[in-house]
Amino acid sequence: MPEMNIVQAVNSALDIMLEKDPNVIFFGEDAGYFGGVFRTSDGLQEKHGEHRVFDTPLSEGGIAAIAFGMGINGLRPIAEIQFADYIFPAYDQIVNEIAKVRHRSGGEFWCPLTIRTPAGGGIRGGHHHSQSPESQFTHTSGINVVYTSTPYNSKGLLISAIESNDPVVVFEPKRCYRGPFYGDPHNVPTWKDHPEAEVPEAHYTVPLGEARLAMEGTECTVISWGAMVHVSEQAIKNCGISCDLIDLQTLVPWDKDAIIKSIEKTGRCVIVHEAPKTSGFGAEMAASVQERCFYHLEAPIERVTGWDTPFPHTTEWDYMPSPARIADAIMKTMEE
Amino acid sequence: MAAKKKKQVTLHVPSAPFRPGDKASFAPFENEPGDLPRPDPIKCTASETTDHAYGLVRVLDFEGNASGPWNPELTSEELREGLEHMVRMRIFDDRMMKMQRTGKLSFYMRSYGEEAVAIAQTMALENQDWIFPTYRQPGAQFVRGRDMVSMINHCIGNQEDNVKGRQMPVHYTYRDGRFISVSSPVGTQFSQAVGVAMASQYKALDECCITWIGDGSSAEGDYHYALNFASVFKPPVILNIVNNQWAISTHANLASGNPTFASRGLAYNVPSMRVDGNDFLALYAVTKWARQRAAAGEGATHIEVLTYRAGAHSSSDDPSRYRAGDEHEAWPGGDPVERLVQHLVTIGEWSEKKQEELEERVDGEVMAAYKEAVTYGDLANGPYPSADTIFTEVYEEVPWHLQEQWDEMKKWSVD
Repeated sequence: MPEMNIVQAVNSALDIMLEKDPNVIFFGEDAGYFGGVFRTSDGLQEKHGEHRVFDTPLSEGGIAAIAFGMGINGLRPIAEIQFADYIFPAYDQIVNEIAKVRHRSGGEFWCPLTIRTPAGGGIRGGHHHSQSPESQFTHTSGINVVYTSTPYNSKGLLISAIESNDPVVVFEPKRCYRGPFYGDPHNVPTWKDHPEAEVPEAHYTVPLGEARLAMEGTECTVISWGAMVHVSEQAIKNCGISCDLIDLQTLVPWDKDAIIKSIEKTGRCVIVHEAPKTSGFGAEMAASVQERCFYHLEAPIERVTGWDTPFPHTTEWDYMPSPARIADAIMKTMEE
Repeated sequence: MAAKKKKQVTLHVPSAPFRPGDKASFAPFENEPGDLPRPDPIKCTASETTDHAYGLVRVLDFEGNASGPWNPELTSEELREGLEHMVRMRIFDDRMMKMQRTGKLSFYMRSYGEEAVAIAQTMALENQDWIFPTYRQPGAQFVRGRDMVSMINHCIGNQEDNVKGRQMPVHYTYRDGRFISVSSPVGTQFSQAVGVAMASQYKALDECCITWIGDGSSAEGDYHYALNFASVFKPPVILNIVNNQWAISTHANLASGNPTFASRGLAYNVPSMRVDGNDFLALYAVTKWARQRAAAGEGATHIEVLTYRAGAHSSSDDPSRYRAGDEHEAWPGGDPVERLVQHLVTIGEWSEKKQEELEERVDGEVMAAYKEAVTYGDLANGPYPSADTIFTEVYEEVPWHLQEQWDEMKKWSVD
């Protein structure tokens, strides 16, 4: 089976869907001729034509709006927002329009749109190339929210998103585009030899709404998504506690059964995300776990997150959850 | 040391020309019918429309005569059809407003004084063309054949409402007539319509998309997104700014410092027209011209429809609190229904008696539709759509977390 990094896996998903469905079109800033600032659409314009893969003006609000119009008029658009930090001019279109049109029109119009956007820190991107705004979308009914972590799920989830008749916002962990991130900025591995980098060349899907059990254990459940899945893996290895590591993959709708099954087994829960703590999706996870699994819990639920501050530039390693912080949270749950 | 104060010591905030207590007076329209040429729609460049963007395209004078190169030469049947739709819109609005006052619907917005806009412009299109309206273009549905009972069912939020009680009144959806769902956030449809047209362009179909935005909402980013994307990608879209002078209590002079809205399109290199919005014939002709451009692959046309919001913004505001009482009478554009009647009478195709008969017949139809619609329920008395409609069609299929909440709601349902 071929080995791919996330950039190649995303490219493969786009290529397959452009090939398969003439109603699929892909566009964004620098996404056409140049193939995207992260190279995710490299070569696709040349292969599929300028009318199917094209550049847009620098106008996220306009990109979302035209994607809406195309979606309700029979196309299956994929829009790239160059950085998740820049999605906010499109926020009104996403929250009030794209997410609501099926409901508000009594089902007469719908928008099978995929918005994909690189998110998260670890690339020295400062305030505005590092944020992880997933919870600003999980609070909106009518859209599904995906956060990928590996080459395999980046391709399979993107294909599921494109094939969905509902709008899906797909966050891709930009730090992991070319290799997993284990929390040590000086260690820059590639995806080579990683089991999740074995990606079929052909069409396949990772279903929306299903979590991935990244590690299996007995003592504690660590729930994470995006780049933090790999940092959590490192933390679990460092602290030596036997843990389930659940890569949530889809945040809306999240995989209730996988979480309940694991917490009932381990009785302990640590939630890790790099977005700020207050109103982060970890709060939703913590509340849901205590609602559903309270009598199985042996210890208070721990959250390890980014701080409630702007994302820093030179000091980002002190901002993002580290293996040490995560390991400490796991050990705290073990004290009970 | 403190800086020296300049003479003007405060912000410049434009006020409306007239406020309550003022006597309104307007200069008459500068252009007469025949003043402005009709350029070849296929070859026309934006700069060739400079006079049209700063002037005013007219066909009807105020004596009921049609003239000039923009005269669309409609048949008397077409003129009478347009008149009937406008009369229906006005009587329908009056009936709905009365129902709103009795609580049978929560809210209402009339098209009063602007009936020609959606009706003339939709009549100038082909049936396959998409209509992306604001709340002030419901009249397009009459042109596309929507049943009034169905429209009232929506407004009164009863069991038969096709949007299932989810949206406020006047937020129509009518897919069979290619009339796309109305949304409350103003301006969003303008940029979306460009995407609708780009999809038609992509599929190489002979269809265009028409959309409207208000003078007030043209200050939103969506207006500029629309013009810019239309300028770049040249899709078959007709972008109208309905300048009815007022956005609730905010005068058009606060939406833009530019004396004409139409001329803004020139900066985007999009041919731009300013048209008398109470002149049924001029509106029809300019829209037909834009449609010809769209069909020929020439891209977008930008149109300022100059009119006057003769009524309140909605059932929730009282214009006497913010504008001069005589402003509507002083407005130089007259009334679109009266002007088309006058024209039909002038050419010998109509009479006062026929107008009375028409109004009586339409009033009867509206009344009958109203009586039928209320048998399916209304907002004051129910029955309403089932509360289950809160949870359906949020997604194509109901996800587990909505199903859980739906089951919870059923335990507490007040149905």
